[in-house]
Formats: sequence, structure tokens, C-alpha cells
Amino acid sequence: MSADNATDNATDNAKDHPDTVAILAGLAAGLSSAEIKIVDLTHRLDPDFPIIVLPPEFGQCAPFRMEEISRYDARGPAWHWHNISLGEHAGTHFDAPIHWISGRDLPNNTTDTLPVQKLVGQVCVIDCEAESDADDDYEMGVDKIAAFEAEHGEIPAQSWVLMRTGWSRRRGADYINLREDGAHSPGPDAAAVRFLVEQRDIIGFGTETVGTDTGQAVHSDPPYPAHYILHGAGRYGLQCLANLDQLPPTGAILVAAPLKIRQGTGSPLRVLALIP
Amino acid sequence: MSTGFEDIVITAPTSVAYTRFSNESAHWWLLAALRDMLAGAGLRPADIDGLTVSSFTLHPDSAVGFTQHAGLSLGWLEHLPMGGASGVIALRRAARAIQCGDASIVACLSGDTNQLDSFRQTLSRFSHFSNDAAWPYGSGGANGYFALIADHYMRRFGIARETFGQIAAAQRSNALSYPHALMKTPLSVEQYLDARMIASPLGLFDCVMPCAGAESFMVMRADMAHRLGLPAVRPLAIIERHNGFAEDPVQFRGGWTYDRDQLWQRAGCAPADMDFVQTYDDYPVISLMQLEDLGFFEKGAGDAFIAGHDLTCGGSFPHNTSGGQLSVGQAGAAGGFLGIVEAVRQLTGSAIGAAVPNARRALVSGFGMVNYDRGVCSAAAVLERANQPATAARHPTTTESEAAA
Amino acid sequence: MTTSLPPLPEPVRKDPQKKTPSALIPPSARSRLGMRLSAEAARGRFRLPHCNACNQPVWPPREACPACLSSLQWRDADATGTLIAETTLETSPELYFRERTPWRVGTVDLAGGVPVMAHLHAQCRIGDTVTLRLFLDKADRAVFMAFSDLDSPDLREDIQLRELTNDPRHRRVLITDARTPAGVALARAMTKAGAKRIFAGIGDAWKRDAAIEALEGMETVSTVPLDLTDTRSVEELCGEIGGKVDILVHNAEQVRPGGVMAGRGIADAKQLHEKLVFGFMRLAESFGPVMRSRGADGVNAATAWVNLLSVYAHANWPAYGQHSAAHAATLSLAQCLRGEMQGSGVRVMNAFAGPLEQDWHDQVLPPKVTADRLAREIVGALQGGQQDVYIGDVARDVAERFEDDAKLLEMELAGDGQ
Repeated sequence: MSADNATDNATDNAKDHPDTVAILAGLAAGLSSAEIKIVDLTHRLDPDFPIIVLPPEFGQCAPFRMEEISRYDARGPAWHWHNISLGEHAGTHFDAPIHWISGRDLPNNTTDTLPVQKLVGQVCVIDCEAESDADDDYEMGVDKIAAFEAEHGEIPAQSWVLMRTGWSRRRGADYINLREDGAHSPGPDAAAVRFLVEQRDIIGFGTETVGTDTGQAVHSDPPYPAHYILHGAGRYGLQCLANLDQLPPTGAILVAAPLKIRQGTGSPLRVLALIP
Repeated sequence: MSTGFEDIVITAPTSVAYTRFSNESAHWWLLAALRDMLAGAGLRPADIDGLTVSSFTLHPDSAVGFTQHAGLSLGWLEHLPMGGASGVIALRRAARAIQCGDASIVACLSGDTNQLDSFRQTLSRFSHFSNDAAWPYGSGGANGYFALIADHYMRRFGIARETFGQIAAAQRSNALSYPHALMKTPLSVEQYLDARMIASPLGLFDCVMPCAGAESFMVMRADMAHRLGLPAVRPLAIIERHNGFAEDPVQFRGGWTYDRDQLWQRAGCAPADMDFVQTYDDYPVISLMQLEDLGFFEKGAGDAFIAGHDLTCGGSFPHNTSGGQLSVGQAGAAGGFLGIVEAVRQLTGSAIGAAVPNARRALVSGFGMVNYDRGVCSAAAVLERANQPATAARHPTTTESEAAA
Repeated sequence: MTTSLPPLPEPVRKDPQKKTPSALIPPSARSRLGMRLSAEAARGRFRLPHCNACNQPVWPPREACPACLSSLQWRDADATGTLIAETTLETSPELYFRERTPWRVGTVDLAGGVPVMAHLHAQCRIGDTVTLRLFLDKADRAVFMAFSDLDSPDLREDIQLRELTNDPRHRRVLITDARTPAGVALARAMTKAGAKRIFAGIGDAWKRDAAIEALEGMETVSTVPLDLTDTRSVEELCGEIGGKVDILVHNAEQVRPGGVMAGRGIADAKQLHEKLVFGFMRLAESFGPVMRSRGADGVNAATAWVNLLSVYAHANWPAYGQHSAAHAATLSLAQCLRGEMQGSGVRVMNAFAGPLEQDWHDQVLPPKVTADRLAREIVGALQGGQQDVYIGDVARDVAERFEDDAKLLEMELAGDGQ
């Protein structure tokens, strides 16, 4: 839909769906009165935020850096601005399907082509904090999803599913949690991801850790099963989320809109949730 | 003037049949010659107490590495990298060592392999001067700068290509009966002139064919040769000169010019007394240069001399009687021994190809090692038949099949 | 009377069914002494070892004089001699020459008694008084060539000479930052030297100015979009014209005063590096491989990569400290590229100049280099097959002082504080 006929379409849409006018009006009222709260699920972008570490022979994701251009000074008397540089997958970030080899040939698989309709949606939050406290390498399986659904009902189609682990409270070295044999952090197992994609038709999957996969996922079958299965099915990923403990298990709305980068594989973004 | 050679003799001329290409190492070829030579002389390796080695492809071994490789234990050892002059110089060195009592039986070996890339590899390791100042100009070997030498020589003295053609054609005729010659078809002067140019004025038949092979002989006192029943040849005089006439901007005369008067004086004879001559024939122009610088004719009078003589084995001036390198092939350093080995055979009546009748005296000339733009080494020896022992036996050589195995 | 030569064959459209010839190189092995000749030739100098006692020149190079064993010193040499022997190679075991026969070489009697083997210009004849010149051949090694008439109008029709030089004639040139005065002047000078086509790389083509007007007015010039700070831009241009670039001139210019402490800041420095240093890398990653593969591709083979550098790449001039540093980085990358291009037939040439006549150098006292002079001397260096060329008085002065004592030069530049 081009910008030229967007206004005409918008007017038609409202005529065909009069209820949506009321729904949005209600939403606006709820937001301005703060009855509908907005929770920020995003870490601050700063140079210290940990970036995923790959073996040294591979290319590395650029960390976030800022350089001042001017600060109300001789370099620019009335203004202040920076140049920033960072990798697409730095900080709280979005993974598009083209990021993984399994999604390379899918249509609309880049940040500038994926359908924006999917960037706002329902979200379910599965609490795995206890298990993650006990075991750095905890893998969430279909049994955990079954337990969640037994309590909160079936995960609706076209939802986001987020795995809450409390990991966003970790600082420094504990966050990536590197040992001699690599990183140790929780995530979903392959069966769980397959279930969510094939049986529950999720939009995407999100975590508090630096990846949608476990820290030791290179040893899984297939390696990095969350990336492989999600992106191979054209679904999205969210990583380095925070404040998942402020969200209800169901009923919130997630807003996750990556930057519209030409042929982008992902981007840092502001992830927000609207909670009842 | 240097002293004579007393009762020193050369014996056991040995040739290992040449092959165009060979996967064997230089060590293999040298050992083939040594084995054959000892067998023919009825000697064992332990009987040898002196050794000279000449080889380009023995690298990275020198004579030292070869000595241990061959299991020899020696009191005298020489590595002689003088290229085409190595044969004559090996004789001179060995003779002097035996005269002084430093050795009693010296084996003089030469040989090289020719693997597919041997030639190019040899070039790049040949000399600093060649790397810095000659190879960059494209000749990829000797042809280029010998073309320059030939170009200058022909202009300076008015020599015609026909003269070189006659030298090459006569050698080919001699080669047709020599069993080890790699060139087996006749060559006429017309064919020589019509052949494709390699680097003007040199054409195809001016150039030798690199190959693999080995040549050797032994040096000892006459009474030892007699006891062993070996036919023998005496050196009468030997000269050598290195980097002679360095001031000539192009080489048009060789080191023999310096010392030839001494050569003939010590030998007690003259060029006209020679029954045949072996020159180092990397190119016909160099053969011609040797003949004139050793006194067979006036400098620059080559056309008339060659036209007026028959250079075949049965002719008026037998020259390169086995065919020379131009027809037999150039087995690396063995090319510097080809002439002396053939000369010893001819002088002992044991030629394996066409024989020069009643051969008693001969001149062998060597030339070699173009370090930059000219041959640095030159040498020559006058040889004479020694009295034949009663039980003279023809010296056997390696069969071709054994060499090819 | 110098005989005239037939003209060089014009470049023809390639037969797409034929394999592009691979680059071969002449023999490259040299002793360290022999390499010194190449180091001299790289800088356009004709120097030979001379005896310290009798001052006679010596060739091939040695460690001592062959006449008196005295030590030797490399000095400017008399290049005149007589051609006393010649041959035409009709074949060679060296593949490079085998592909290029017939090829003439000869012996020159230099300065009365030093025999020098040399390539021969087609107009040389036996007995001629000849002048020797040094060139870097396709192996980047110095070789002599003898000429009987350096003023001959047919001089450059000689195929052997073309192999030894990087003549723009019949070739296609990419100027990577054509919008500058130097870029425009280069387009003119290359055209004058016989280049068939100039690709003028322009960033932000929507910005019109006098330079673009001038370039668009030249028949041989095609303006092409090229933003050196954008990898995609470089890749796309290479995808279109990479196989047609025979000479690449990296003349990115962004002159700003300022050093480290009292500088314009890191944001500014990053932009300078982005254009000059990473611009070089982008060009090398894209155009490098295709040029390297075309080093032997006929009469208009890829032949040269030219970098326009500040002479202060050698030693930092604090007044333009950031600029010096970015050029130093580019110089190092150019040396790296030279190593990677070894054996390809493509010469990496560095043209060093002092301050140019342009806006950001307005505070600098003359002598400054005009764009026309820059362009002329770069073309001259390509025609002479040089590797390093120093343009203008300041550059030559700094180069001499750098060669004499780099530390002293560094201290002089730091002490000046200008």
C-alpha cells in the first residue's frame, strides 16, 4: 500500500469496520489516563551492554558506540548531535527471517519488507524463572508450555511468546555467562519451538538473554534450533528483553517495530507492551 | 711453466646411456657411472681414495653429500662446478694429487638428471649475476646470450652461418654410429640453415638438447693401470683459465688464447700433430672459437678453415667424434666430460662408434659457466695414447635398458 | 634517420568464447644487490654502483670493484652507450617471453667497457649510440631498455616499451573522486595522453557544480555514481564497469587542518578515514580482484592503480595531522595492495604531492601544486612505468629529507609547529 492511497484506504477501513473506531478510541482514552500502562521491555543502548560473542575467526557484531558531532559549540553552535554506530543485532533487538540460513529465500523476510501488521500483537509470557535460577542451561520443553496452557488457556494464534527467566537482572560477566566451553543461558528446546510454530502459529519468540536459543545451542540438533525453526518458518525473534516480570501471562499487547533498514536482517528497537 | 704429468694416466672411460627425461636423481646417474666403471676395472669402491664430482642437479648435495651417499671413504675430494670445463680440470686436479702422493686412484664423475622442470630450476639457481642481469631479458637460458656472442662474432670476423652448419652437420654424421646419441637422423647444411630460428642468429640446430646421463673416468699411475689390465692415455699438458679477457665487452675470444703457447710447448707438439679434436660444443660458434684460440687457424679465419676440412671421423680433421653434445645431448655437467671420455676411447682403440684410424694424439677443450654474459671457465688438454697392456679389454658400458629402468 | 614504427594495434572487442590470458611475469629472482636497482627504478632514478676509488660504474652489481676491490656506492650514472650485439628471441622457456616473441634484446657497451644486457627499442640498430633507461617490468623488477632516439614521435608504438610502462593510451581510466580540481585535470590529461574512456566517479551526483559541468563537457568522459563511503555504491559500480577499468586513480580528497588534541574531533576524523582509507579498502575489495585478473588482457590490459597521497603520509605534519595520518594509513594499505598485486601485471603507483592549490590549504605558503601539474606528472609517471613519484618542490624536498634521515624530518616537522 503506497502512501498516496493510504488515506483513501484508511477512510474505507473505518467505514467497513465501525467497531474499530470505538476500539481505538477506547485505547486512546486508556493510554492517556494511564489505565492502560505502557511497559518498556528495552535495555538502554550504551557501550557497556554485552554483545553476543562468536569464535574469533568469525565476523563480530559491532558494539554500540557514540561520537559527538557537536554540542552547542564551534562545531555547531545551536545544536547537539551524535553519530552512532552499532551492529543490527546489538542491544534489545529484532531478528528478521533473512538473519538465518533457513529463512534466506522466504518472501518479505527483511526488516524493510516484512508485513507491519505483525509488529503489534498479543503476547504470552511463560514464567521460567524458577527453573532458570536452578539451572543456567535450562531448556523449556513442550511440557512447560502444556503446563502454561493448562493454567492460562491455549496460546492464541499469531501471538508473540516470550520466555521469562529473570536473566535481564544479571549484570556484567554473568549475563553472557561464559565458561571455558562457551555461554550458559536458558532457552527453548527444539520441540518447544516447533510446537509453537506449527501448532500455535506464533508471530515470534522472545527472550531476556542475548539469543532466542540457549547459550549452548551450537550443540543442539539442529544447531541453534530456535533460530533455525523460527526463521525457517518466517517468524521473528526478540532478544535482550527486560521487565518481563511486569507483564501478565496473557492479555498484553506487544509493540515491536524494527528499523526499516534496506535488506536489514534485524535491528535494535524499542519494545513496548500495553498491559491491562 | 707448470710441470709435466710424469706417469699419470687416464683409464676406464665410462658413459651411462642418456635419456631425454629421467625421474631418477643426479645421485642415481653418478652412481650408475661409478658402478659400471668399477666393475669394468675390476675394482671395489674401497679401492678409490680420491673423487671429483661435477653435477648441477645434485643440489642441495655437493661432493661431500655424495661421498657419504655412495659409502665412500676418501683422502682427497673435489667438487668441480666448472660446467663444460670440468672434465679437463678434473683430470688436472686428480693428476696433481696423485703426483704429490695425496691419492692413488681417483674417480672423476659427472652426471645430471633431467626431470621435467630441472632445466628451469637449474636456471634460477645458476648464479647471482644471471638472476640480476641476464634472465630478466628473456632468453631463459644460454641461447639468448650466446646469440649475442654469435651476433657479434659473425659481424666482427665476417663468419657465415654455413660454417656453423658444416660443424653441426659433420658432428651429426659422427653421431649416427654412436650408440648413446639421442639424435639419430642425418643433418645437412641446408637443413641447418632452413631450421627455425631460436634467437637470431642461432637456429634450432645450433642448440643442444638437455638430457640426463653420466660420464666418468679414472686417474692413476701407469703401473697401477697396467696391473689392472686397463688401456691408458697420458696427459701431456693441461691449461685452464677463468675470467680471462674480462675487459672484452662481448666475448669473442676465450681463455685458451692466454695459455695456448704454454700448452703446446709443454706438450712438445703442435696443433697439426693432433689426430682429432674434441671441443666443448654448446654452440658451433664456441667450437669454432676454441679451434682458433687453440691455434688451428688465425683469429677470424674460421670460414676458410672449416670449408677446407672434413670434420667427420674418417676425414681430414675429425672433430667431436661421437657427435658432440649437439648430437648426443647435453647431460648437464656430463657435457664437460663427453669429449675427454670419447678421446680416451679413441686413443685406446676402444671407440664404441666410428673410430678415428691410428689415433695417437688428441686435443680436448672445455668451456663453461656462463655466469652473466660469457663463459668464465676454459681449459684444454693434449692427450697421447700410452702403450697398451697385453690384456687390454674393451671397457663395457651400461646397457640402455638398465639406464631406462 | 630513425625508422618509423607501425602504430600499436588498437584494442578490439574481446571474443567472449575465449579465455582471458592469465598474467605471466618475467623472471623475478634477484639478489639483494639486484633488488637495489629496482628500488632506484621505482623512484625514477638511474643509478648504478660506482667504485669509490676510481669512480667507474659496475654492472652486474657486486660487493666490491672488480678492478681494484674498493667499496662501491650507488650513484647517478651516465646512461649512454653503444649497441654492440643484438638478438631477436623467437622462442623461450620463459613463458612470459614465449608469449611475446619476437622479442629483441642486446648488449650495450655502457660508458666504455661495462657490458649491459638490455631490452631494445624497435628503433635501435647495431652500432647506434643509445641511451639506457630503467623500467619496472611486469614482475616489478628493474630492467634496462636501450633507445636510439628518445625524441622519436613513434617512441610509444613499441610493444616492448608498452609492456614496461603503464601508458594510458588506448586504455580506460576510473577517477574515483572526479569532482575535485585534480580529478578534472586528470580527466583532461588522461584524454590528452590517448585514453579511450574516462569514468569519472562522482558522489552525490544531484549536487551540480563547475567540476561536473566540465566533466560532462568532455567527450571521453562518462560520469558514474561512486560514493567511496558506501560499500554498496562501490560494489554496484564495479559490477557495471569493473572489467573495463585499466587504470584506477584513487584521488579521494578531503583536506582539513587540525591534529589530535586541537583537532576537529573524532567524528570528523572518522569521515576522513571513511572516504580515504576505507574508501581505498572498498575499491580494493571490489576492483582489485577483477583488475588483477586482467593484467595480461591484450593491448589495453589492466595496468595500474594510482593513489594520490600527501607526501606527509611519510611523516606527520601536525598542522594537518589528521590528514597526514589518514594518508599514512592509505600508504600502508597501498603497499599491502602492491604485495597482493605482485605477479598480476598491475602496478600500484603512489603519487605524492605537497599541499595542493585548493581551499583548505589557503593558509599554506607556496610552493603549492596545481591540479594541472599533478595530472601531468601522474600521466608522465604512468608513461614511464614508475612506482613512486614525487610531484612538486615540497614533495621532493620532504622525500629527500625522509630518505636522508626520517627521524630528523619527524623532529623538524614537529618542531615547526606550523
